[in-house]
Amino acid sequence: MISHETILDVRNLTVDFFTRRGTVHAVRDVSFSVRKGETLGIVGESGSGKSVTAQAILGLTELPGRVTGGDILWKGSSLIAGREAAETIERVRGKEIAMVFQDPMTSLNPVYTVGMQVSEVLVRHMSMSKKAARSRAVELLDMVGISNPAKRLDQYPFELSGGMRQRVLIAAALACEPELLIADEPTTALDVTIQAQILDLIAELQQRLGVAVVLITHDLGVVAGVCDRVAVMYGGKIVEEADASEIYPLPFHPYTEGLLRSTPRLDVVSERLESIAGSPPDLREVLAGCSYSPRCAAVTEMCRSAVPVLDQRGEGRRVACWNPR
Amino acid sequence: MSLAGIPAEVAPLVDVRNLSVRFPVASTGLFSRARSYVHAVEDVSFSIGRGETLGLVGESGSGKSTTGRAILRSTPIASGRVSFDGNDITDVTGAALRALRRNMQLVFQDPYASLNPRMNVLEIVSEPLIVHGIASSVDEASPIVADLLSRCGLPSDALTRYPHAFSGGQRQRIGIARALALQPKFIVADEPVSALDVSVRAQVVNLLQDLQRDMGISYLFIAHDLSVVRHISHRIGILYSGHLVEYAPTNNVYESPIHPYTEALLSSVPIPDPAVQRKRGRIVLQGEIPNPIDPPAGCRFASRCPLVEDRCRVETPRLEEKAPGHFAACFVRSANTQ
Repeated sequence: MISHETILDVRNLTVDFFTRRGTVHAVRDVSFSVRKGETLGIVGESGSGKSVTAQAILGLTELPGRVTGGDILWKGSSLIAGREAAETIERVRGKEIAMVFQDPMTSLNPVYTVGMQVSEVLVRHMSMSKKAARSRAVELLDMVGISNPAKRLDQYPFELSGGMRQRVLIAAALACEPELLIADEPTTALDVTIQAQILDLIAELQQRLGVAVVLITHDLGVVAGVCDRVAVMYGGKIVEEADASEIYPLPFHPYTEGLLRSTPRLDVVSERLESIAGSPPDLREVLAGCSYSPRCAAVTEMCRSAVPVLDQRGEGRRVACWNPR
Repeated sequence: MSLAGIPAEVAPLVDVRNLSVRFPVASTGLFSRARSYVHAVEDVSFSIGRGETLGLVGESGSGKSTTGRAILRSTPIASGRVSFDGNDITDVTGAALRALRRNMQLVFQDPYASLNPRMNVLEIVSEPLIVHGIASSVDEASPIVADLLSRCGLPSDALTRYPHAFSGGQRQRIGIARALALQPKFIVADEPVSALDVSVRAQVVNLLQDLQRDMGISYLFIAHDLSVVRHISHRIGILYSGHLVEYAPTNNVYESPIHPYTEALLSSVPIPDPAVQRKRGRIVLQGEIPNPIDPPAGCRFASRCPLVEDRCRVETPRLEEKAPGHFAACFVRSANTQ
């Protein structure tokens, strides 16, 4: 299903938040691309810049944040710079690029019925009549596995459980048959058995509809079952990027390795869990060297004095480290 | 129920028998006097030995936090008994309850909400010492607090700083230091690492383990999935919709689960290795947890169970010993039919 045609190209993206307590450098020179039909997992802990990256792609960077550098190209046209950028993002967002957010409890408007919220996109982007949109909404709810969809259309969000609401949001996101779905922690707020249902649904829809997916998560386990490629972020930067089948058995970056070791595994018995010493970085600071160097076990002088660049290392792999494994 | 699996010399520190907790809900009709109840916890029995950790696992609404709070006597108990250190504490009140609380403490889930932002660390950790009359002032408590902080791996200059100056993992260490201040015998840790990043989660779990080894504390460790509890628990109880469905030594739960819900819960935790994860035979449950307000008769898991039989919808299965020390509440499954 994956072709070599790049649909999304993020180039040297930089996002800063100008707060009263100083400038937070949330995303620092991030570049990656998404090909048609592929699933990219962006993994990172809180404050790594993964959600801010997603918001920037959709033109949803909120004040006091601003895209201060780089460009985002959607099939060749910029979503950031130039006179047509604002118009392009308005046309593309919700139609060609759709999104699903973390919290299904707050992403739906509580005073509108489910039906109104799913058909809204159809009326706006596909110029459908309200009646046609409504019957398409029934199909969509059915597709995401909601039982009795015609009845659900007239219900309000409070009448649905968390898992149901996330299904409704996925239905709304897929309404216009997008080419790219950005899912920002789509299962974090859900119970584990419901998480498994939603991940299966995303994987199934991805196969069936051929939509490319960017899955943003803090959980390496979630990515393992779904994604073709994985990018690991730390301190606002991508530190490693590789095929899922390669990065898990042999991570090159010490942070990826540490993250994998500290993720408890059901199939491995160990007396003690491993952790990474120290705390995540303060994003107001810009270190002279690698932002992981204060926590890295293999740190050298070089790491403290110069920032490593994300370099090609082997087929389709990139790593930003002075002493990769 | 026997207490097989626990060494005989270790009489349980906490013993819970047939515990039920119900919360009244407002009636919907204007003139209706009929009250309905959320059956949060129903007929739950377990025990926790000295220096032992019981992992209590369940999804949201399963009654795991309510169970913890009922043991600490901070939520009313509808029926059943709770014993602590050999004494029945179900109806203890007043000064006796306050004295009891020295011995049982709580570590909260959210390290951002559970520390008062206007108090510095010294004030936060010394508060229980002052409330219980162990120290008469913050100054007097200061050396004890400094010792607690170093035990919990916090820097020595932490005393005068405020919570905002600390990361999530460090805040959770402060919460643990506060819980330890009175040298309790028992701590309820209510999802203590769920709000933390993966890379610091293990630091906090390891700290809890070290403290248990050094001080002989017992834990009720509450979690919403089976990934972290394996490393800290000696035994595990699985709650589903207020019922204890499986209760066994940790390895039994992972190696030979009996209840179909436990199996589904195990299978829903993704393994961070694509080669393994994509080949796993997974059980993805359909449907959701039943409404706990006046729930239907029969097994609460019947509506989602892949093995459901007619009997399951009518009768409620009791927790039975299916293998030595391994209890499960299921009509269909016994230990050797898997």
